[in-house]
Amino acid sequence: MTYDWPTLLPLIFAGLMGLAILIYVILDGFDLGIGILFAAAEDTEQDTMIAAIGPFWDANETWLVLAVGLLLVAFPLAHGVILTALYIPVFVLLVGLILRGVAFDFRAKVPAGRKHRWNRIFFLGSVIASLAQGYMLGVYVLGLDIGPGGMAFGVLVAFCLAAAYAAMGAAWVIYKTEGELQKKAVLWLRTALVLTALGMAAVSLATPFASPRIFAKWFGWPQMLYLSPLPILSALLFLWLWRQTFHLPRPDDRHSLTPFLTLAAIFALGFAGLAWSFYPYVVPDRLTIWQAASATESLAIILAGTVVVLPIIIFYSFYAYRVFGGKATDLTYD
Amino acid sequence: MDSLILSRMQFGANISFHILFPTITIALGWVLLFFKLRYNATNDSAWMRAYFTWVKVFALSFAMGVVSGVTMSFQFGTNWPGYMQHVGNIAGPLLAYEILTAFFLEAAFLGIMLFGFRRVSNRVHTLATVLVAGGTTLSAFWIIALNSWMQTPAGFEMRDGVAHAVDWWAIVFNPSMPYRLVHMLLASGLTVSFLIAGLSALRYLKGDRSESMWKALRTGVFTAAILIPIQILAGDQHGLNTLEHQPQKIAAMEANWNTGPNVPLVLFALPDEAAKENRFEVTIPDGASVILRHSADGVVPGLNDFPGNHPPVFPLFWSFRIMVGTGLLMLAVSWSAAFFLKRRHSLPRPLALLMVPMALSGWLATLAGWYTTEIGRQPWLVTGVLKTADAVGPVAGSHVALTLVIYLLLYVLLLIAYLGVLVHLALKAAKDGDTSPLPGVLNAALSQPAAGE
Repeated sequence: MTYDWPTLLPLIFAGLMGLAILIYVILDGFDLGIGILFAAAEDTEQDTMIAAIGPFWDANETWLVLAVGLLLVAFPLAHGVILTALYIPVFVLLVGLILRGVAFDFRAKVPAGRKHRWNRIFFLGSVIASLAQGYMLGVYVLGLDIGPGGMAFGVLVAFCLAAAYAAMGAAWVIYKTEGELQKKAVLWLRTALVLTALGMAAVSLATPFASPRIFAKWFGWPQMLYLSPLPILSALLFLWLWRQTFHLPRPDDRHSLTPFLTLAAIFALGFAGLAWSFYPYVVPDRLTIWQAASATESLAIILAGTVVVLPIIIFYSFYAYRVFGGKATDLTYD
Repeated sequence: MDSLILSRMQFGANISFHILFPTITIALGWVLLFFKLRYNATNDSAWMRAYFTWVKVFALSFAMGVVSGVTMSFQFGTNWPGYMQHVGNIAGPLLAYEILTAFFLEAAFLGIMLFGFRRVSNRVHTLATVLVAGGTTLSAFWIIALNSWMQTPAGFEMRDGVAHAVDWWAIVFNPSMPYRLVHMLLASGLTVSFLIAGLSALRYLKGDRSESMWKALRTGVFTAAILIPIQILAGDQHGLNTLEHQPQKIAAMEANWNTGPNVPLVLFALPDEAAKENRFEVTIPDGASVILRHSADGVVPGLNDFPGNHPPVFPLFWSFRIMVGTGLLMLAVSWSAAFFLKRRHSLPRPLALLMVPMALSGWLATLAGWYTTEIGRQPWLVTGVLKTADAVGPVAGSHVALTLVIYLLLYVLLLIAYLGVLVHLALKAAKDGDTSPLPGVLNAALSQPAAGE
């Protein structure tokens, strides 16, 4: 491989897109998870849970816009192929995101009697969006196979991703609340964790068997050795977090952020595994990142902006999280 | 029906729904900044009440804009894969810069603007308002740049059917871009000023005479009165620019079939494209020549010069007239309201009653204007470069039809809910007036923010 711009730029953008997806999955993951957990929470708890995500969700969802945007602008061919193949699940995802996004705002502004309706819509939208994302992931992993096998696997991954989001949501609630709700969230986390582990195991096993190329990438020697930390570390983190849930919440609220960070680490490891499996393809076994990339001069002009702007975005995102740090309090517009 | 026409209907529905909300947030951000700066200067809590009332409208409109905007970014791929395949090298960077420079900025500081008044210093809260307002406007800049490029493409060359950028300056500041941007920003300003004036008039009719109502009412009415003549001027200039670069669009807007001098202005007609003539025509002699060429014997292009290459006449002719008619009504209403507020310090009841439905006049005019300009680009997606029919994806018509129906249903329900909340917020503000304490705040503490000072 020669390291000139036409080679490097698509690689850089694949990396940036992966980063945007990972950040999205972690950040909007807890928003969506809290929506899913709405079904198990009381009225007043729901208000607290919303207060825990209120100032953040807009910025969190922006990472999806960036991820899809990068797919659109950096890999226009892949964008068309993937999204036309996933036409219906994308539509379902959008309906879910629309319902989730607006219900969030409506529930705080409608007359008191109508709040319940929007709470239900918030739950429904979060569930729909999570399931659709999981389904899309499952179908993508199997190389955009829309046959019965692909669909069945898509459904499996859909439920597991929803569980993973619920786990993220529960972990965020543990971090942002105290008292009864916090204790409840520990129980939620425990349940969701089992399903999440199941899902990650299923995807990890299915991916190599769906594609001989991926199988060769994982189970040849010596790659197996280099790659073994990924599954082993993930499994250890799962077990460790599982044990932690029996001791939470701790006195003085120590380690309340730990479950969230642990889950984020597990997500990152799983994501790295997927990235390794698919590289260098952006549409599995059909289009490589170089075949699907935009013209070099277009990528260069986007990169110039990205290099300047991305650190600023990350900086002010941290600032926004810091401003609303600490336990969630009542959310008012003043 | 085939998936081309269905995809066009679907995209039309989505963009119509989407544009309603940026149209509000672009200018409302600056109005909120105005309220905030007035509060900072006067320490009068009525300005802050106006801020708190309207920041809720901003939040809701922003959320509606985000979710419908996300929908559109996916639909480029699901319905129009040919668009990015042919002009992705141009559209891509413009969209990327919109997301990077504008969208993140708005989204991150929106939280502080909405919920941060007690958590950050007053100065940082004002700064957050500035950044959100600036972000929405920057967002409009990039999107209008891309849209204008699709209307009047420049600064590129075609290689193997794919557009490649040659001159980014020429791409961003393409021939129609400045006109379009000014026209859109003014449209947003008018939409918001009529919305504020209309909902404040509703409060007024409900007996609310509080300071915050008056402040919002005056802000809305005077802004509208100032902006509308500027908009009429800007619209005229934009029309001349379109005449230069897209004469077939002007011909369709005027329903003029034959090129020539002394072209009359058609006030009313039912254009018949099959017969290439207008039925039930009512005209002003030489009117179109005077407006477009500023002289009675000015030559105005006719549709017969563009066989098979001009946009559909009927929708263009009528949407343009709806936009202009709404604009004239806005002029009359805002100037009379401004007169009464300035001279009589009151608002006559009939005028207040008229202002309530006029709260949505900006939406009507903006939509009609967008239909004029966007349908006016057909049959091209990118003028002279890419036909709409060549960009549509391979998705089955039945799938597009199914999703179209559900989208429409969803949008109608959401619009009803949105308007319901606007009215609810206005009535609640009318009931509370300036008498109840601000939500969650001790009145005395308002001028001394709790944190960070």
